[in-house]
Amino acid sequence: MMIIIALSFLLITFLNFRAGRSKALKIRENTSIHSLPEYYGYYTAFWFLIPVTLIGISWLLFSESLITSFVLSNLQKEIVNFNEIQTLNFINDFKNLSEGRNITGEISLLLKEAASLYSYFSTVSNTLLIFACLSIGLFGFYISINKVSSVFQARNAIERYINYFFLASTCIAILATAGILFSVVFEAIRFFGVVDLDDFLFGLKWSPQMAIREDQVGSSGAFGAIPLFVGTILISIIALLVAVPVGLMNAIYLSEYSPSNVRAYAKPMLEILAGIPTVVYGFFAAITVAPFLRGFGEFVGLSISSESALGVGLVMGIMIIPLVSSLSDDVISAVPQSMRDGSLGLGATKSETIKKVILPAALPGIVGGVLLAASRAIGETMIVVMAAGLSAKLTVNPLDAVTTVTVQIVTLLVGDQEFDSPKTLAAFALGLTLFVFTLVLNYYALRIVKKYREQYE
Amino acid sequence: MNNINRADLNVTKLIERSLEKRNQKERYFRIYGISSLVIAVVFLLTFFASIISTGYQAFIKTDIELEVFLDSEVIYPNGTKTEEDLFFADYDSLIFTSLKEHLPELKNRKERRQARLILSSGASYKIQNKIIKDKSLVGQTVSFILPLDDEVDMYLKGYVDTESSENSRKITDFQIALVENLIEKDLIHRNFNTTLFVSGDSREPELAGILGALVGSFMMLTITFIISFPLAVSAAIYLEEFAKKNIWTDFLEVNINNLAAVPSIIYGLLGLAIFINFFGFPRSAPIVGGLVLSLMTFPVVIIASRAALKSVPPSIRDAALGLGASKIQTTLHHVVPLALPGMLTGSIVGMARALGESAPLIMIGMVAFVVDIPTSITEPSAALPVQVFLWSDAPERGFAEKTSAAIMALLVFLLLMNSLAIWLRNKFQIKW
Repeated sequence: MMIIIALSFLLITFLNFRAGRSKALKIRENTSIHSLPEYYGYYTAFWFLIPVTLIGISWLLFSESLITSFVLSNLQKEIVNFNEIQTLNFINDFKNLSEGRNITGEISLLLKEAASLYSYFSTVSNTLLIFACLSIGLFGFYISINKVSSVFQARNAIERYINYFFLASTCIAILATAGILFSVVFEAIRFFGVVDLDDFLFGLKWSPQMAIREDQVGSSGAFGAIPLFVGTILISIIALLVAVPVGLMNAIYLSEYSPSNVRAYAKPMLEILAGIPTVVYGFFAAITVAPFLRGFGEFVGLSISSESALGVGLVMGIMIIPLVSSLSDDVISAVPQSMRDGSLGLGATKSETIKKVILPAALPGIVGGVLLAASRAIGETMIVVMAAGLSAKLTVNPLDAVTTVTVQIVTLLVGDQEFDSPKTLAAFALGLTLFVFTLVLNYYALRIVKKYREQYE
Repeated sequence: MNNINRADLNVTKLIERSLEKRNQKERYFRIYGISSLVIAVVFLLTFFASIISTGYQAFIKTDIELEVFLDSEVIYPNGTKTEEDLFFADYDSLIFTSLKEHLPELKNRKERRQARLILSSGASYKIQNKIIKDKSLVGQTVSFILPLDDEVDMYLKGYVDTESSENSRKITDFQIALVENLIEKDLIHRNFNTTLFVSGDSREPELAGILGALVGSFMMLTITFIISFPLAVSAAIYLEEFAKKNIWTDFLEVNINNLAAVPSIIYGLLGLAIFINFFGFPRSAPIVGGLVLSLMTFPVVIIASRAALKSVPPSIRDAALGLGASKIQTTLHHVVPLALPGMLTGSIVGMARALGESAPLIMIGMVAFVVDIPTSITEPSAALPVQVFLWSDAPERGFAEKTSAAIMALLVFLLLMNSLAIWLRNKFQIKW
């Protein structure tokens, strides 16, 4: 149904294009026109299609919640003693019912009424939408086709619109950032209304389970995020200890030593490594690496937790090897050949040239790359969710199980949730912290890398 | 004269000796380099070995071939012959009757119950579906190929340690004896596991498949491509061809580069707070997943498209402008077509990344247990990487091999997409 309507609107757009063009062609028979006739067609089609799309999209975005509130206000008397969760369930149920899906529980009369109201309002809304789109679109078409004349500069108008479109798409980047900020900041502010900012940032105890009853033991949830930060940093440091030496040596070997046929195989291999989804790394960490480490620990007499930071860090390190390697490769190849030639000409060996000339020259770029890798490790989610611990323990022992910021965000938000409890809001506060931290890291890293690139260009 | 000579000799010796040391260091350094490569190769090999060795048997399933007499008295116990009867009929007893013919040694109730548990609980559904499709089968004897229970399947694939005590495993010694008996009678066969590719998720490992997740992922990728490719390409055109260099464009650039490095879970929070809570989109629907993934892919495609536009030489632009084309005509008619292969390559790579992404999808509720295969973008659906996550968490042993199989499927799709990107690059890229 939707597709048929969309197609017919497209057909009308095409007809509008033909109308605009044929009018321009007719004018051209007598006098000269400013632009090619197609541009007049584009112009009239544009003024039909764009209002229609804009109205359609915004209507579809808001209609759902509007219809729901209509239904609820119509049944106000019946649902007056529903609490928030009951209302939400009710809404879900009647929506499912009206769309013919199975619902759990029995179907009450009220639910049936709500469902029929809902489908009634939906039909009304959809019909209205089609008429609104059609009339406004045709109005736009009417205005624009009247504008078509021998002096009208259609090409300039079209080019102006295209320019606006380009600019608008660029602004989506800003919208995305703003969206991220809005979505985490508001909830985070609500969270800090309940929990003190100092307690959150410097508290040593994290146990977000809130009491269901007042008299329950340990009823107050604790929201001190230090154990999470320590866990995150511990795992990231282990990951960087793996990734930086290996990735850097990889890059050095590939750009300075390797014969071209080794390079031809090694590069795609690194790309495969970079392309493996993180959920797969997580599975590998949980199924293969963790049991291996635990067995190894038993063998040498160490107790290694099956969710140890070490195992997670090792796998995460391997995950970021390609990132470190490709960023370092870029900066190492950006070092001018003359510096290598100078050093080699003075009798230095290749490794001395690398260690004493190339690496110092490339250092800022490499540091930038490492910072980017660190930000990647800190924000990494799936590996830690699948292989790291859940309980927040304040420790720096890599053989112990630690939890991270991302793990907590996932555990707090998966499953049933009320949107007012500090437990759910805490996830957004953690998200805000993560966003700000990685933002600062990325900003400096990218600036260093960019500055470095310009230095040798 | 002599003194100088000796000093010279000493220096030469000194240099020679230090040269040896330096060459030694050189060799060590080279070995470090090679070993760093070897580490990556070894990891990759262990990784693939571990995934394939745990997963290859998921492509095989064990079935039992039974001649089932579709007794009309059991199927229509009331004699009414309504459609409803077909839904509630006791197919289990039909299966059991047929099983008893092959296993006459079953004595008491307990043994019979154990015998029934050799077959999957999905076996009766299979019979039910066949009868509902063709009602004339009632009263006949029909040969069915029915799935075995996952524990029996695991036993037949050699994962169960029969030496261990009976309490530590889910399959009993009695069941093992029955299964061996059935094998001797040539009733149990190994077949290619088509279930894995034609069904949705299930609580039973032997009935679970990846089709639902595949369809969900495909829908999301389509949405991602439709939304992010045109927008990102236009943004790249604006930044590369039209924007003047000033604070505003610098800000935009920094912003886009940062967006490309924002942790993916943050995009999940955005989807949850804005699309689901604010706009009221349905949870765990491909439309929300697609929107979130397109926001994520957007900066990646912009960066790739800008690189592609940069590689088009300025002479092309100069020539077009010189012949009187407007700035937009120059860009759209001449520069963009030349940069298109590069842009497509970049966006396919970005889409491959989006395909493997699971953290944001978990945030928008795609971890829900969805059995049905989605038919529209607003229905709840699974996604391939999230399916991997869900199965890896499941306690049944049968899901472990399913997880590896899903991973293999995911990797195959990633490989296909990346090969497509490489093929595009090689076929259409012009070296200026």
